[in-house]
Amino acid sequence: MSATILEVDNLTVTFDTDEGVFNAVEAVSFAIAAGEVVGLVGESGCGKSVTALSILRLIPSPPGRITAGSVRFKGADLAALSAAELRRVRGSGISMIFQEPSAALSPLHRVGRQLVEALRLHRDLSRRAAWEAARDWLEKVRIPDAAERLYAYPFQLSGGMQQRVMIAMALMLEPEVIIADEPTTALDVTIQAQVFALIREMKQASTAILLITHDMGVVWEMCDRVLVMYAARIVEAGTREEIFEKPAHPYTRGLLRSIPRLTDKPERLATIGGMVPSPLHYPAGCRFNDRCPHVFDRCRREAPGLLEVSAGHQAACFLAKKLVRAPL
Amino acid sequence: MSTTTPPIAPEGGSAPLVELLDLKTWFPVRRGVFAKTIGYVRAVDGVSLAIVRGETLGLVGESGCGKTTLGRTILMLDPPHSGLIRFDGSDINRLSRLEKRQLRQRMQIIFQDPLSSLNPRMNILDIVTEGLREFGLVTDSREADATRLLREVGLDADALYRYPHEFSGGQRQRINVARAISLRPDFIVCDEAVSALDVSVQAQVINLMIDLREKYGLAYLFISHDLSVVSNIAGRVAVMYLGRVVEEGPTDSIIRDPLHPYTRALIRAVPVPGVRREKAPPLKGETPSLLAPPPGCRFHPRCPEAMDVCRRVDPGRTRWAGHRVWCHLYGAGETPAA
Repeated sequence: MSATILEVDNLTVTFDTDEGVFNAVEAVSFAIAAGEVVGLVGESGCGKSVTALSILRLIPSPPGRITAGSVRFKGADLAALSAAELRRVRGSGISMIFQEPSAALSPLHRVGRQLVEALRLHRDLSRRAAWEAARDWLEKVRIPDAAERLYAYPFQLSGGMQQRVMIAMALMLEPEVIIADEPTTALDVTIQAQVFALIREMKQASTAILLITHDMGVVWEMCDRVLVMYAARIVEAGTREEIFEKPAHPYTRGLLRSIPRLTDKPERLATIGGMVPSPLHYPAGCRFNDRCPHVFDRCRREAPGLLEVSAGHQAACFLAKKLVRAPL
Repeated sequence: MSTTTPPIAPEGGSAPLVELLDLKTWFPVRRGVFAKTIGYVRAVDGVSLAIVRGETLGLVGESGCGKTTLGRTILMLDPPHSGLIRFDGSDINRLSRLEKRQLRQRMQIIFQDPLSSLNPRMNILDIVTEGLREFGLVTDSREADATRLLREVGLDADALYRYPHEFSGGQRQRINVARAISLRPDFIVCDEAVSALDVSVQAQVINLMIDLREKYGLAYLFISHDLSVVSNIAGRVAVMYLGRVVEEGPTDSIIRDPLHPYTRALIRAVPVPGVRREKAPPLKGETPSLLAPPPGCRFHPRCPEAMDVCRRVDPGRTRWAGHRVWCHLYGAGETPAA
């Protein structure tokens, strides 16, 4: 295992809204090693995007606040950095790819200008050299007629093209960590396949990726390790094979069973009963207890911590050691 | 193409409930002071399909391929440019206003976004019984009818006097389903009906739709970009690309042995969790514009197997291994380009 590059420790993000105060992310800890692709999965509202945004302190405040925990990038606590230091980390140390490229790119500026601005903020380049570098990157992400596309406004590009521009922007500063928040959710499957092939090919061997998604198929295709979130907490963590082949948490197991798979023999889909609880009304104890088929008394009283089921594979369930051996 | 393609009925011979014959839905593009028509967006450009009672036809394709427009045209929400739509034997364009209105009872639609398709200022009772009232079909009381409908979709009667915003996404989609079945339709167009739902809820709604299909003999046109979802609910599937159907056949066989290079690419691009596959190179390029579709086969600019003939000649329909496929790789059936 290579060196840890990003370390999130006991991160808690609290939101103060009109309806009440709640933790969108609660005591979340994980580490990513150089070169690793880690998937953060969960359903809408589970806190995965808030986790991603909190790493670079991009959470709008108010309503959100990091109320506990730390994020370390190459050992340095990001919370202790000055605004200027943090700006240097953003982009060249850790960069982000967002779900909606049309919302992440400025609609008022030409693509070339946006790329050049990012390049010149972090590199000592002349305007002309930056323009040429931007063109080279658009070529690398296979945008046809790159030299001309630099003069295009984002709305003149298709969704797939815009996402390529975002990827070029995220990769061109050669960051050590890329945080990709649902980078292909807005795209068609054939374009999604292109984008993932591109990310895989473009990233340097040592670049780590945190991939946030709700799509278990995408996780399987892209990730080395997987973190499963439910109701603001990480409920299971393990390698891709552990999560998909030996899931230990009842939520992960239910999720895997209920995914509609491409099949030539359709069967009735398994479901998880009930629904995701509102963050204002989490059940006491284990937050999955009201939907869990294995629930017993203790689950309603006590929240299980992450339990090691094998080296590196953890699940927040009292029955994890038993369930991990049960067939899915 | 001026030749009319014969309708495509599923094997077995029962009379189709919905029948489309060379259907075209074009939207004019206008420019200038006099709004002169300078071209057409050929959203649906010559589709022939049939759906029998009680069956689910999956309609898959990527954004902009015309699948939503096709569904809307069948429901008389978009006017066709040309071609024929038959519903239960009658040509819907020849019907009188009154007959059309009566027909609307028998066809319904469920949209993707469960919230924006519910009026936020109406309570659930009003939403679910609006159609019954409109057609004078309220039985005992609206409350009793609504309670019965809500029960059908797995909701309690305490939902009656609440408003859409008080429900979760999955519950809202159940309310949409309750409204869609309120008039006992024969046919429902499901336009990305489960696409916006979380995985754990999506499965619940898919199962509900399967139950209702079995209980009432409903026919669905199940429109989705998600082949995995479609493979779990549809017995037959039609694949659309740039306004045309490129392949159609039994779902299991399409998934196992796709014939058209586009279908093959589409299936290969779906990530299947837990299955190790060799990486095939992804499809190149993007979908061309519907304003000026490429000549010959519309897929040829992206097709890994494009031949010379594909650039010139629009492929006709071929029957091959139980599928219907529009591709020069599969034998004769060429029709000269227009």
